[in-house]
Amino acid sequence: MTDKTDSKDIDIARLREHQPRFQGITSGHRACLGCGEALAARLVTEAAGPDVAIANATGCLEIFTTPWPESSWRVPWMHSLFENTGAIAAGMEAAFKMQGKSTKVLAFAGDGGTFDIGFQALSGMIERGHNVLYVCFDNEAYMNTGIQRSSSTPHAAMTTTSPPGKARMGKRHLKKDIISIVAAHHIPYAATASVAYPSDIRKKVRRAMDIEGPTFLVIHSPCPLGWGHEADISIEVARLAVQTGLMPVIELERGEVTGVMPVREPRPVLDYLRPQGRFRHLFADNPKAREELEHIQALADHNIEVYNLRGEIADRMDSEGADTVRRGGMRWA
Amino acid sequence: MRQALEGSQAIAQTVALCRPQVIAAYPITPQTHIVENIAKLVADDKFECDFVSVESEFSAASVVLGAAAAGSRTYTASASQGILLMSEVLYNIAGLRIPVVMTCANRALSAPLSIWNDQQDSMAVRDAGWIQLYCADNQEAVDTTIQAYRIAERTELPVMVCMDGFTLTHTLEPIDIPEQAQVDEFLPPYTFSRALDSRNPITVGTLVSPDYYPEARHAHHQALLNAQDEIIRAHEDWSAISGRSCCGLLRTEGDADAKIGILTLGSVFGTLYEARAAHPELGPVRLIKLRAFRPFPVAAIQEACAGLTDLVVLERALSPGGGGIVGNEMRAALAELPDAPRVHSYAVGLGGRDVPLDIYARALAAVDAPTPERFAVLDAELEKLPAADR
Ligand SMILES: Cc1ncc(C[n+]2csc(CCOP(=O)(O)OP(=O)(O)O)c2C)c(N)n1
Repeated sequence: MTDKTDSKDIDIARLREHQPRFQGITSGHRACLGCGEALAARLVTEAAGPDVAIANATGCLEIFTTPWPESSWRVPWMHSLFENTGAIAAGMEAAFKMQGKSTKVLAFAGDGGTFDIGFQALSGMIERGHNVLYVCFDNEAYMNTGIQRSSSTPHAAMTTTSPPGKARMGKRHLKKDIISIVAAHHIPYAATASVAYPSDIRKKVRRAMDIEGPTFLVIHSPCPLGWGHEADISIEVARLAVQTGLMPVIELERGEVTGVMPVREPRPVLDYLRPQGRFRHLFADNPKAREELEHIQALADHNIEVYNLRGEIADRMDSEGADTVRRGGMRWA
Repeated sequence: MRQALEGSQAIAQTVALCRPQVIAAYPITPQTHIVENIAKLVADDKFECDFVSVESEFSAASVVLGAAAAGSRTYTASASQGILLMSEVLYNIAGLRIPVVMTCANRALSAPLSIWNDQQDSMAVRDAGWIQLYCADNQEAVDTTIQAYRIAERTELPVMVCMDGFTLTHTLEPIDIPEQAQVDEFLPPYTFSRALDSRNPITVGTLVSPDYYPEARHAHHQALLNAQDEIIRAHEDWSAISGRSCCGLLRTEGDADAKIGILTLGSVFGTLYEARAAHPELGPVRLIKLRAFRPFPVAAIQEACAGLTDLVVLERALSPGGGGIVGNEMRAALAELPDAPRVHSYAVGLGGRDVPLDIYARALAAVDAPTPERFAVLDAELEKLPAADR
């Protein structure tokens, strides 16, 4: 051993791989306080490791991580457009495959870039079987352009293009059931997750990384600015979405449900809705508001029934137990 | 080896010789025969390539963008509505300075719907930041495709090779398809300095503030202007290997002391060439074929037009409400000359309207007008229109 290391001898790439926990996205980016998407992106890249390349759609994540000449990314990362991320990822994957490289391609997009404008490219990517893990950071609106409604925005939520008023109670339509639509492609693995459950995210990313083929993960990610809640309760809000049954955390293989995170004692949807400004109009004293609250509770009840979220047996990894720290372990990751 | 081939077949074989690793395409007339032939070559294991049959032109352009950025040589082809659908990606490819090569099998734009040839499609994306090379015949399209890869990869600018739909793509003629060894000698394996690589991560496609945007645009413009040298060099080097010569930025034919010139792009040049040979009685005429429309080769144009009193521009496109696209750019380019020729600007052959030999005499007759035509559709039959639309 020499006591002075020549910098030429340091293999940066190998060093990065030997870090205790690899981080694909580092601090210093411009995300808002309490941003769910930033945390979710960090969790995904941590679990995916360094041998990846990312295709990122236009949206908050792209904007707040790459104000030229700075970048938060420590993995190869490319942003092209808003609606072609599935196809950019497909092209990257085709190239790496032809070059005999093992690098896994990840596609990152918001709900707008996934459910709406980028849906065609995503569907094509899955249909053609590209070996890509597509991750949708679902903050339930077009946040980057100032909180406009997307097809992922929940029913009755207020956005700048679905404002409540005399004639309307916020968004008129239902949240698009993207996971079922994606699963209908008979994709090898599709799952939903929530940023409130990091170890569940890690587990699902690792699972997807091991699959040679298209995989899809939606991560429910609160946006304090867009949802109108305090920045220090993002995780709590995300957790409540799961605990009320409004955001079922599930896994599907080849179109069949193969896993659900059970909800021990479903909470009333009011607990989830109340801290969020986007649902404030539902707490006004009028019959329409009460009707919408009942409607939303019915949607949660429907999810609980369809996915059997109460579970048959007690499960320590249910929506209460998962990601709680216990003496002696029980953490998954 | 000279073979009787359809233009599309020849392009497919040529693309295979250039060894792209990833091809993505979506069918549209008159591009279909190109990609069908490529798909068959891949299916027959004639060359190693991932042929990605995408669900739209938007994704075709995006797949080749992703693949080229990830370090593979790529190819795509489209036309007409497909070019328009791609347009957002085309700008993006160029702005990211990704060396992609594509063929545009030139076709009219809808509405009214037309599957036939003109050049409104590639002209619509002239400001996307791509190099655009227009081919007069199928041999030139073959040679230009090979050159396009070297130009793109040396300049880090995408190249669109434009060939007239049907007139070229569906015409069978003897074509010299080069040997693999010749192409390999000319075109080194693909290397891209900014390829995405997990061992050397870079960030591509960032948000740029007003502090940097004008500089990025300036650099892109400058790179296109500088690409003129590379276009000329690629032509010279490929000529030395292939023994064939088409032209670099443009080609002039005919009398150096002619006072009248006709400039065009694409296959109309062949028509004018024939007509000129058949009609010496119409006097000395200089023919100019613009091969490089982007970059717009101002110096070469000024040189080619030196001594002319009148230049007739015949183009298969127009800017509705504006006039001749090439015509107006020619006026701007020539205005600096002390004795600038008068420019007569015409569209011809729109939507597949046949461009017959007598277009030559009609173009020359236009020169006799006391004031040059600012712009007109030369072969429009106005009596077909209600009086109010004439
Ligand atoms: C073709 C096109 N249309 C619109 C836009 C404007 N735009 C940029 S980001 C964005 C919203 C992104 O929303 P989402 O995908 O949900 O991601 P988020 O910002 O919420 O993370 C929109 C509408 C665009 N960039 N491109």
